[in-house]
Amino acid sequence: MTVLKTAGLTKKFGDFTALDGVDIEVGEGEVYGFIGPNGAGKSTTIRVLLGILKATEGQATIFGKDAWKDAVEIHKRVAYVPGDVNLWPNLTGGEVIDLFIKLRGGNNGSRREELIRRFDLDPGKKCRTYSKGNRQKVALVAALASDADLYILDEPTSGLDPLMERVFQECISEAKAEGKSILLSSHILSEVEKLCDKVAIIRQGKIIETGTLKELRHLTGTMLLVETKEPMPQLHELKGVRGIEQKDGALSFQVDQEELDHVIRYVSGFGIVRMESAPPTLEELFMRHYEGAGTGGAV
Amino acid sequence: MDNHYFSGTGSLSRFILRRDRIRMPIWIFSFVFATVVIAVAFIGLYENAQERQTIAATMENPAMTAMVGPGYGLDNYTAGAMMAHQMLLMTAVVVGLMSVLLVIRHTRTDEEEGRIEMVRSLPVGRLANVTATLAVLFLINIVLAVLTGIGLYALNIESMDLEGSFLYGAALGATGMVFASMTAVFAQLSHNARSALGLSIGFLLAAYIIRGIGDVGNGFLSWFSPLGWIVRSEVYVNNLWWPILLTVGAAVALGGLAMYLNSIRDLGAGFLPARAGKVHASRFLQGPFGLAFRLQRTGFIAWAIGMYVLGASYGSVMGDMESFFADVEIMKDLLVPMEGFSLVEQFVPTLMAVMTIIGTIPVLMAILKLKGEEKNGRIEHVLGRAVSRNRLLGSYLLISIMASFVMLSLAGLGLGTVADAMMEEGFDVAMAFQAALAYLPAVWVMIGLTVLLIGWLPKFTGFIWLYLTFSFFVIYLGSLFQLPEWVEKGTPFGYVSAIPLEGFDWLQAALLTGVAAVLIVAGFIGYNKRDIGN
Repeated sequence: MTVLKTAGLTKKFGDFTALDGVDIEVGEGEVYGFIGPNGAGKSTTIRVLLGILKATEGQATIFGKDAWKDAVEIHKRVAYVPGDVNLWPNLTGGEVIDLFIKLRGGNNGSRREELIRRFDLDPGKKCRTYSKGNRQKVALVAALASDADLYILDEPTSGLDPLMERVFQECISEAKAEGKSILLSSHILSEVEKLCDKVAIIRQGKIIETGTLKELRHLTGTMLLVETKEPMPQLHELKGVRGIEQKDGALSFQVDQEELDHVIRYVSGFGIVRMESAPPTLEELFMRHYEGAGTGGAV
Repeated sequence: MDNHYFSGTGSLSRFILRRDRIRMPIWIFSFVFATVVIAVAFIGLYENAQERQTIAATMENPAMTAMVGPGYGLDNYTAGAMMAHQMLLMTAVVVGLMSVLLVIRHTRTDEEEGRIEMVRSLPVGRLANVTATLAVLFLINIVLAVLTGIGLYALNIESMDLEGSFLYGAALGATGMVFASMTAVFAQLSHNARSALGLSIGFLLAAYIIRGIGDVGNGFLSWFSPLGWIVRSEVYVNNLWWPILLTVGAAVALGGLAMYLNSIRDLGAGFLPARAGKVHASRFLQGPFGLAFRLQRTGFIAWAIGMYVLGASYGSVMGDMESFFADVEIMKDLLVPMEGFSLVEQFVPTLMAVMTIIGTIPVLMAILKLKGEEKNGRIEHVLGRAVSRNRLLGSYLLISIMASFVMLSLAGLGLGTVADAMMEEGFDVAMAFQAALAYLPAVWVMIGLTVLLIGWLPKFTGFIWLYLTFSFFVIYLGSLFQLPEWVEKGTPFGYVSAIPLEGFDWLQAALLTGVAAVLIVAGFIGYNKRDIGN
């Protein structure tokens, strides 16, 4: 069942097109990774989904309801953590958490205490004294303490230390185990790799790749590290071979999935001494999309 | 200069001027323009000396002294003397306000937003920012002084000589400087921009009120207020320069104090103690209304006390007025008493108008807080949860309307209760209360206009302050002499029944309320349609 769906979502600010036909779909119980560099349109998409910005064109629906018109109804079942957490300097973290829980309409006292302990937060301090990471913890505790069906998290770990990042990942895994849906925007790819079932990559307001991690890897190909007795003079001319690099007397390169058979046949002709293969990391996938198409203006 | 403290001051000063290249010229131009236009208006309205002498007689009235400062040169009340006596103090207060706002903006606000931290990470001296801010503020106040002097002298009016014109400008500039320095001191004492702003504006109001009490009494208290000094420069009559020197001297000394305090404190810290916080939200802090109120609670209470004190200080001079009118035979002929009203009562509408416009400031601040929240990116926490835009805007609107009732009531009660205590004949407290509440519909129109701006033109919400300033000058001047009627009708405050002189005009009040309601509804429609952003 689809929990969240956008279709042809477009948002213009004057002449500037921030979102250009964004299509994403989060199914029930799914953790959906939303990745892209700064300014690609991740936060704008999320703000449209929250009914804070009005879409210029296209539809955004959550639980089958219109994100703009039925914002209040939808928000009763949604928990949100913004990317840049600004809090009221003269309220304490504890007060803000309580307020946020009440604004959603829930009440979950024991969960609150447990999360405050796990995230190691001092709720008695005024928000003005909190660092970025601590403000993020306030927003995370408030979001995770609520019994929501959909969590929308906009770069929630950008200010957390590695220890707290792990706590966060545990919490997300728990939520997933309970059948909750999660939209996780991030540019920390290892985190997305660890947590997400599906990934969408956004660049300059357009979704350029979407699918399960497996599908995306399939699309990109395999990393090969090959050491041969004789040099391979024509390797760089072969179809589907990219990013050849010299590494400890061996060559490392990437091969497109459909050309793999062809390339292995070629390589084996030079006497293989050592060969390692690995699926590409999300980072490589990401870099390929951004470096390769870096100048192609889609705006 | 010592690099350790002042390195980079020059660049930062230029940077501040660059940041405010629009804001500062607008302030300066507004003051020079308003001053010159008002001077011309004064000349046009009282053409002969006899008319001016008539007004001079009313200036000895303690209520006027409390409002504009002690009269001087009243036996030969020239156009220049009249203009300087009636306008200098009020203009100086607004110049002081400009300095307060600009200094907070470039000191504590920048510090709170983390911008000073970035600047300080560069090879920049510890005191460079506060020094640059004060240098720029002193500079623009000097420019203001000179331009005002030139502007007044250029009118080529006989009683406005060169020295007097520049003294008038210098009095404004000096006031701006001393409040700039005082604000810089408060910016060191407080932990955050908001309380620094509150303290500074509180100091400005206190300076005005203490001077008023002093001027009406034996003058002793006036020495404790910079505003009490500058009204003693007797511009266009005796042209005394010592108040300017005293004020500028105080500005320099306070500036030095601000620098010293800045040098011994940590970035982000203040000297006034911060209290430990609560771990849980109180039962009151449960929704957008509780939040909106909680955020403004301190300011709200401070303004409420301030309004009562303002009303009380006007009320306290009522007793003096009574004996004054009894003593002066000529006044009885001049101000023909309206049937059934004492002479004192005739001043009630004027005082109430001035207090209402001051009381509108916290009312508008209450609703504009929502805009500030949006700008700081904190609205999405609320709208991202199960809170509708109507409920959010409605919460701030409700606080604003509550504030209008509280502020006006307290001003009216302050005036009434203290006047009743001070006057032999007693004073009708209920009447003062009614006179204050008569202004409510006009204040609601101002609220409505603000809601409309928030809904449709959020970038231009600052316009409401310009309109309030315009209203203030129109009403204030309208009370001093007859302005053309259409000017007074350009502000909602021009449609209010002058209680007790007039009966309460229900139709007029209903119309104002209707206009306010339409503006509010229109504002809500806009707010539901637009993007929320920062």
